[in-house]
Amino acid sequence: MTQAAELHAHAPVEESAVRFESAAVELGGRQIWGDVSLCLRPGEFAAVLGPNGAGKSTLLKAILRLVPLSAGSATILGRPPGAANGQIGYLPQRHSFDAASRIRGVDLVRLGLDGARWGIPLPGRANAQARKRVDEAIELVGAAPYAGRPIGRLSGGEQQRLLIAQALIRRPQLLLLDEPLDSLDLTNQVSVAALVRRICHEHGVAVMLVAHDVNPILPHLDRIVYFAGATAVEGAPREVITSETLSALYSAPVEVLETSDGRLVVVGTPEPPSIHHPRHAH
Amino acid sequence: MRISDLFQFHFMTNALIAGTLVAVTASSIGWFMVVRRQTFAGHTLSLVAFPGAAAAALAGAPVFVGYFVVCGAGALALAAVTGGGETRSISQESAAIGSVQAFALGLGFLFVSLYHGLLTGLNSLLFGTFLGITDAQVLTMLGISVAVLLVLGAIARPLLFASVDADVARASGVPVAALSTGFLLLLGLAVAATSQITGALLVFALLVTPAATAQLITARPALSLGLSVVIALAVTWLGLGIAYFSIYPVGFFVTSLSFGLYVLVRLVRR
Repeated sequence: MTQAAELHAHAPVEESAVRFESAAVELGGRQIWGDVSLCLRPGEFAAVLGPNGAGKSTLLKAILRLVPLSAGSATILGRPPGAANGQIGYLPQRHSFDAASRIRGVDLVRLGLDGARWGIPLPGRANAQARKRVDEAIELVGAAPYAGRPIGRLSGGEQQRLLIAQALIRRPQLLLLDEPLDSLDLTNQVSVAALVRRICHEHGVAVMLVAHDVNPILPHLDRIVYFAGATAVEGAPREVITSETLSALYSAPVEVLETSDGRLVVVGTPEPPSIHHPRHAH
Repeated sequence: MRISDLFQFHFMTNALIAGTLVAVTASSIGWFMVVRRQTFAGHTLSLVAFPGAAAAALAGAPVFVGYFVVCGAGALALAAVTGGGETRSISQESAAIGSVQAFALGLGFLFVSLYHGLLTGLNSLLFGTFLGITDAQVLTMLGISVAVLLVLGAIARPLLFASVDADVARASGVPVAALSTGFLLLLGLAVAATSQITGALLVFALLVTPAATAQLITARPALSLGLSVVIALAVTWLGLGIAYFSIYPVGFFVTSLSFGLYVLVRLVRR
């Protein structure tokens, strides 16, 4: 660990948005990952990378306490996992909404604000304020032109922006995005990544974004959490995406090449372990 | 022939009150059923109503007891089979539900054949008895409708959230699995109440068609829920009115009107 990384990891607990110490998760009696320590500060943008089945989504679920830790400890926004979920915006891994989804983008965003409340919203000042907040969130992600259309009729990129608006509507301090770029073409990947960075820096929101390909987001990243070999390393991008770090992580020789335009290419990663945990396990 | 003729007879007044209650309840809960893509589950519940009623008749119990017991049990069984609608894929779910459905129909026919005197009753079990509704039935239905609508109103938002986006809803603290079971129970109750009037086979005219039509017309949730109720009321009242002055059964008019409207909207909203 470099000196900078050392300093970062020893930031006081109250200064961290997400902090894991020697944490492990078991699903169905099998350890998904263990000995994971990481620290993300408010307003930092981190990518969660690694091969399929390495436990990237499980990390987000552990933060929300949708899965419990089997060892170690975690502090999320200064509290134990699950206690601060009201201040966390979450966008799970998903297939897009199908064409028959008869609900508008605005309705979807509104559900993120008060969808968990019982009873029927009464017209009045509170309702008007809620609408205003919905409009602001939609404006922020640039989805206003199509937010009134049925969600099933929108493109993947448009749906993704509305889902980010939904995750943002409660003004969270932490945003967890599970593969939000996956269904998008390259242009949309770059623009959604830029949008997330802007929200992150302008509003001081800590972001953890699970991704397959680091390159579209690399220029925006503050930290990288890389999962492989049933554990993870965390650090600044140029510390983690190196031949040494990844070779140690995979326990196999891995080479990181940099192209002339600054793209990183990871070569020689071993096949992911044959025992996968189901991608959609809850 | 005047409209006031409709209220000349007590049975007709009862039919109009019961029809109104059933229309409001079935179309409200049906709206959520269509959003949740659980029409197949609703269909199964309405089919198990048939053996339930037949079994009650065979046991000498009131038929409505059979409807409620079997629909309630059927809803719980569906919730168990589908694991709260969470863990299984849709194809697995419909295979499980389809199996329950076929078995229920078979049982129903067994009970009907065991109970020889029921052959005339078979018609009303399947196609309803709009015009033979007693005061006691109207009161039961009023109680059930009010209860179902109150509960539905209370859980409406989290239920919609869980239906549209289960993962995010769960992360926001919505009890998704409990809501799924609770909704199936409400659906079972509503189906039991509705099938006494429309019969086990025609429940769908009020449960699915108004909701499906309303959702074609608008994607605004509150508006389409309201429209669904309005459509159900309109086809029920019109169906009862037309049937009163004709020799053909109520169920035929109610289903034809709601189907006709659905087709019309589909054609217009292409």
